[in-house]
Amino acid sequence: MIIIGERINGMFSDIARAIRRRDPGPVQEWARRQEAMGAAYLDLNVGPAAADRVAAMRWLVEVTQEASKLPLCLDSTDYDAIAAGLEICKGPAMINSVPAVQEKMDRVFAMAARYGAEIIGLAMNETGVPRDAESRVALAVELVANCDAHAIPIDKLYIDPIVLPVNVGQDQGPAVFETLRQIKLLSDPPPKTTLGLSNISQGTKNRELINRIFVVMAMACGLDSAIGDACDEELVKAVATARILLNKDIYCDSYVKIFYNQGR
Amino acid sequence: MEIYKEKYRGQVREVVLGATSADGGTRSHTLKVGGETALPFLHFEGEIPNRPLIAMDVWDMVPADWPDNLKVFFADVYGDPAAWAKKCVDVYGADLVALRFKSADPEIRDASAEDCVAVLKKVLAAVGVPLIVYGCGKGDKDNDIMGPLAEAAEGENLLLGVAEPENYRSLAGAAMAYKHSIIAQSPIDINIAKQLNILISEMSNSLLDRIVIDPTVAALGYGLEYSYSIMERIRIGSLSGDRILAMPTIGNVGNEVWSKKEATGSAGEHPGWGEQLERSLAWEATTAMALLQAGMDILVIRHPHAAALLKQSIDGLMRDNNPL
Repeated sequence: MIIIGERINGMFSDIARAIRRRDPGPVQEWARRQEAMGAAYLDLNVGPAAADRVAAMRWLVEVTQEASKLPLCLDSTDYDAIAAGLEICKGPAMINSVPAVQEKMDRVFAMAARYGAEIIGLAMNETGVPRDAESRVALAVELVANCDAHAIPIDKLYIDPIVLPVNVGQDQGPAVFETLRQIKLLSDPPPKTTLGLSNISQGTKNRELINRIFVVMAMACGLDSAIGDACDEELVKAVATARILLNKDIYCDSYVKIFYNQGR
Repeated sequence: MEIYKEKYRGQVREVVLGATSADGGTRSHTLKVGGETALPFLHFEGEIPNRPLIAMDVWDMVPADWPDNLKVFFADVYGDPAAWAKKCVDVYGADLVALRFKSADPEIRDASAEDCVAVLKKVLAAVGVPLIVYGCGKGDKDNDIMGPLAEAAEGENLLLGVAEPENYRSLAGAAMAYKHSIIAQSPIDINIAKQLNILISEMSNSLLDRIVIDPTVAALGYGLEYSYSIMERIRIGSLSGDRILAMPTIGNVGNEVWSKKEATGSAGEHPGWGEQLERSLAWEATTAMALLQAGMDILVIRHPHAAALLKQSIDGLMRDNNPL
């Protein structure tokens, strides 16, 4: 289980301002801080306000790479922006994201194959997010088939079952857990899984607590990664502990500290 | 036909033993252990870049309790550690020498640090191979002698033993200050092995590439399978990417085997067990062979014939065995 640090996102006002003024300070500060807290990837999202998304993504990639060696997760619905970012990434990156919509999958998987990138595939399509596990898994199968068709190793595909806020769709939590379990049975080796963790707690009064408990429950169902708040120390501790309890890491008394250092 | 191959993302760290004049030492050559990217001897799944090494035990005093069938091979050099070390290397083909300062034990001779340093210098002068240096095994006394020994051999990159969870600071400090490597010993416990590596690396991160794990081995018939399974987990953890456990390993095989009745008992005492010489060296060699299969990188052996058998077996194990 790895954490993809969510903080470099134009939705946050400090990052939006930094992108507007081309001021690398806040971006690099968050890159370093998330890395120190145990993030394994850094998500980069130029946000809705950026005027020129391609130029903004290119700039974000450049300044982030100056501050951190972590692999980047290029987060945009604008595939030109992602392509521009992949072009200048120093190491293998991750594409965030593609839904199970054929023409989008055609473009994104081809791009991933070309750059050796990993891909986050969303279990949703033109008609939106399915309400049950079975329909989500059906979309996951489409993603797996398209990944395979481009000869990309299946474990480079991270499927996101799509999390809705608990106060909006309380029945969706169990559906997400069930989807995670079934995704792990789709192929051998199975695809990896991810989710936008902070979504689960949108609009609630106990955001951190809900995020922490949810991530641990999802890990027990097969969650491999989450886009989340790497700077929530208690979240990182919970993940490190769940990894021990799931026998993913070998226990030692300093296991939490080691988790930070290894950036997983 | 395509065979299924396991691919690992991790690698055992490579540790260099000894130092030549180019690096501030006086050894004729250095040796490397570790570096594996596959389970033991599965050459077709990854790299096994360095052969496992045979170290032979040399004591700084006459070992009173060694049985005659072992003693006879060292009769002419007993009591002269330098000559003993030289015989192990020149006659018995040891890759390196494990010098043990037994006489420093307060209950034996309580030899001083100065006495120990004098012996170490003689042994360093007598042989060109890298050295493993053990204290007497009594923590407080070892803390008194290991610092001066490390200082006297500054730059030689000795492999110093042993650091334990409750007593690692002074040895790790000596290794840091005088450029040596260190044996981290844990009591057949993978969690403690990992924690000890963390504790040592907290003193200096650079020590991570100078640690050899002693997972504590047991002789055949005395819990060998526990050692085996711990080593197996350490190695699989290393290959799966656990950098804190990814160290090469060392096992004190001779020390374990030669206190057991299967090695020390005569044919008269144990009718039906067979002739003692053959039985005892087979006991040591068989214990060591099992540990090799679990990934042991350095075997500390006592019987010259067991050492020879093992070297021969290692020759075979290091040959490419790709089934296709």
